[in-house]
Amino acid sequence: MNWVALRMLVGDKTKYLGIVFGVTFAALLMGQQSAIFCGLMRNTTSQIRDVEGADIWVMDPSVQFVDDVKPMNSNKLLRVRGVEGVAWAVKLYKGIGRAKLADGNFQQVILLGLDYDSKDADGRVVGQPRDERILEGDWRELSRPNTVFLDDFGWRYIFGDVPYERGKTMEINDTRAEIVGLVKCNPTFQTFPIMYTQYKQALAFSPPEPKQLTFILVKAQDGVAPEQLCKTIEEKTELKAKTNDQFFWMTIAYYMERTGIPINFGITVLLGFIVGCAIAGQTFYLFTIENLKQFGCLKAMGVSNLRIVGMVMLQALIVGFIGYGLGIGGAALFGIVFGKLVTTAPPAYYFGWQILAISGAAVLIIITVSAAMSLKKVLFLEAGVVFR
Amino acid sequence: MVAIFEKDTDLKSEIRNPQSAIVLKGVSKEFGSGDSKTFALNDVSLELPYGEMILLVGPSGCGKTTLISVVAGLLETSKGEVEVLGQNITKMGGTKKVRFRGDNIGFVFQQYNLLPSLTAQENACIPLLIAGWKRPKALAKAGEVLESVGLGNRMKSFAHELSGGQQQRVAIARALVHEPKLLVCDEPTAALDAHSGRVVMELIKKVAVEKDRAVIVVTHDSRVYDFGDRIVSMSDGKIESIEKKQAVLTHDIRES
Repeated sequence: MNWVALRMLVGDKTKYLGIVFGVTFAALLMGQQSAIFCGLMRNTTSQIRDVEGADIWVMDPSVQFVDDVKPMNSNKLLRVRGVEGVAWAVKLYKGIGRAKLADGNFQQVILLGLDYDSKDADGRVVGQPRDERILEGDWRELSRPNTVFLDDFGWRYIFGDVPYERGKTMEINDTRAEIVGLVKCNPTFQTFPIMYTQYKQALAFSPPEPKQLTFILVKAQDGVAPEQLCKTIEEKTELKAKTNDQFFWMTIAYYMERTGIPINFGITVLLGFIVGCAIAGQTFYLFTIENLKQFGCLKAMGVSNLRIVGMVMLQALIVGFIGYGLGIGGAALFGIVFGKLVTTAPPAYYFGWQILAISGAAVLIIITVSAAMSLKKVLFLEAGVVFR
Repeated sequence: MVAIFEKDTDLKSEIRNPQSAIVLKGVSKEFGSGDSKTFALNDVSLELPYGEMILLVGPSGCGKTTLISVVAGLLETSKGEVEVLGQNITKMGGTKKVRFRGDNIGFVFQQYNLLPSLTAQENACIPLLIAGWKRPKALAKAGEVLESVGLGNRMKSFAHELSGGQQQRVAIARALVHEPKLLVCDEPTAALDAHSGRVVMELIKKVAVEKDRAVIVVTHDSRVYDFGDRIVSMSDGKIESIEKKQAVLTHDIRES
């Protein structure tokens, strides 16, 4: 009877395509909008993910998100190093520089200053990108003064289609900077170029301020849980300490609470769900109503209610599966095409498994509701219907 | 040809023949409640044998469809007992009743009720699929039955490609493919012209009526009375009369 159910479904091509369209539309809209939303939210945390090697970020207690820079006194570093459980603690500069372009215009850039006085257990500078992220140049060149690594999108943003050229110079806050390499970075929320340099060089690029220590990066000793160490650091130093994960979610929470982004995207996702429900539900209901006599006939011929439920659910699952595949496939394709078309800025498009799972769950709800609406009519069918 | 029916008073009494295909004892079916309560069937007692085509006739609303729905187990009775093919279906549970119906009863509907997305052969094999047959075997059997109803060359046609008479023949094949012991036909000729109607009734008479099968035909069409072995007349939910066919006279003999 499963075969009969499928033949009934595809036999009415108009209705079948209508139901598939409804589900596809819902899956596409939910997937695509969720991917853009997640991409944007992830972009707010790009520096947390780019700065590798540390377990914990220590900052001023009033910091609310990663771009909320509130400099501290330099002596805070020593206090943090003195906390039991800390393997090492290094400085990190994070700030905004003003780069002067060849055409005389100015462009804000994100400056990341790494502490070259401290190295981790592997002898690498803390926060230094993994080798596979370094696209051009030798990281050791950053030990020379006035040198920077620029992110690849930043190069395209500033220099357009000009191919990478080692040694190209520019001014940052009226100080000469020589680009000695390209690095792949996670896209930022503001789409600013990102520049890596030494900590002291970053200070030289920035306007002088009484306090310039923005973050302290900490590694926990073996056997010490980073979450527990955070609490200890906060108790001992009265600073705010967050693990990478905690800082990640803290930053996202800030943007979720303080901006209209989640509401706007949330409304669109909800609309996609509702419209999908309406189209698929209505069409599926009509499909069942038009086949009511046939279902009644099948019941008369000995098909049990349970089997009828199975047939209708199978029909719903098939259209759900096809619609979901087409919709999510379309959303993924959108991301690929979008990424190829827009070359000056990395696309804010994150298509994680969570989006697939949640969209899948939403599609399942759509088809279940559609099937349930139809089943009510079929299960409580009067016997006399088939005799009319 | 004209069939002569004589009143048969014997069948409205107590159950006498344990081999009867259908036995109804004091069956009532009411709808609604209070002032709007109506009796679609009102204390009906009836016994119908195997091996005959029984015509169930009467005006619209007299309870014919309700009676065959009750016999087929599609409707619960409000009162009374129903025995079909030796089984008391009044006392049968829902699942068992559905299975009983699938195994033992074939249906021919007024509007054919073929599945439009299936071919004639696929439609005809549905009762076998319900019974759990594998599709190739079911299709093969359905093909044989379609041959017997004269549609061997239209097996791959869809319902919309067939005439009304042909569709009804497919429906008859579907009703008989699983060799049921009871065939229920609800106005099988109502949607057909006179010629097609006669063809269908001849077919039912030829392939359906067997000594171990009962055939009930609900009909308004007096032109098909010739085909019945027994006519049960109903009115206002009650059996008015049962007439058994005694003789078939040719038109010439009657005139003479």
